[in-house]
Amino acid sequence: MGRTWPRKPLKSLMTTRIERPLSPHLQTYRWTLTMALSIIHRATGVALYFGTLLLAWWLIAAASGPGAYANVQAFTGSFIGRLIVFGYTWALLHHLLSGLRHLVWDLGYGFKASEREALSWGALIGGIALTLLVWIVAYTVGGGR
Amino acid sequence: MTAPKASMQKTSMRTPLGRVRNLGASHSGTSDFWRQRLTAVATALLIAPVVVIVLMLIGRNQAGAAQILGAPLIAIILILFIIASAWHMKIGMQVVIEDYIHNEKLKLASVMANNFFCVAVALASIYAILKLSSGV
Ligand code: HEM
Repeated sequence: MGRTWPRKPLKSLMTTRIERPLSPHLQTYRWTLTMALSIIHRATGVALYFGTLLLAWWLIAAASGPGAYANVQAFTGSFIGRLIVFGYTWALLHHLLSGLRHLVWDLGYGFKASEREALSWGALIGGIALTLLVWIVAYTVGGGR
Repeated sequence: MTAPKASMQKTSMRTPLGRVRNLGASHSGTSDFWRQRLTAVATALLIAPVVVIVLMLIGRNQAGAAQILGAPLIAIILILFIIASAWHMKIGMQVVIEDYIHNEKLKLASVMANNFFCVAVALASIYAILKLSSGV
């Protein structure tokens, strides 16, 4: 394939194009665990963003009085409520571990293929394990919400 | 930034336009990147105590919950968590908005709404904790 640019040599420094390799479209790459976790990190971040409404609602209800607090408890005790709080717990703990992975990378460690994989599996499995642990404790101390 | 030598330019992978000028496209340099990490570490440190606090409240009624939430140490931990996480999620959501919304006006409106949401959630939560702490 012939090169299509630069069509005309441009003089201005700001518009000068240097020939450099282009990256293929995202779909060209083989799907990897690190890629999936990258998206999950973003999805859990956004979910937690809206999940803070739950925390705010619960605190405001506790400050408002018994009636308001009973409403929150009715919600968190319902099937849908439990599902949402369970999802929030997982999102939080997964995002925590996955975020720590980001911080390790930020410090310049863990870039070897094997290390990347290990960190990613660790975040995935660790997040699920911690979520189950928290819920087992929750049911043991209080019989659920 | 001084202009690169001609010989350097030939081998560079970057266009002259790609070289960051002043504070770059974000208009805030790397300060948001740094604060995102700072608030991430703060939130991470606070998660364990916050989870323990929530577990302590399970099965209690409002009076019991209010008593625990009003204790100074617990109130302070929760307020720190709220400040760190609200700040962190404000920066994080702004990154997401800037990644996906390219219409300049819609982007401005979204970034503004994001700021309002985070400040409102944080202040409402902090107000509730302070009210519980002062016992009124
Ligand atoms: C309630 C708690 C939290 C909320 C609401 C939250 C929310 C978010 C959001 C919305 C983003 C942007 C997602 C993206 O750019 O893809 C994000 C990114 C990030 N979060 Fe959190 N987060 C929370 C807790 C944590 C914790 C505990 C850590 C601990 C390590 C953490 C580490 C990070 C990091 C490192 C990023 C940047 C990722 C990147 O550069 O791509 N977050 N968070």
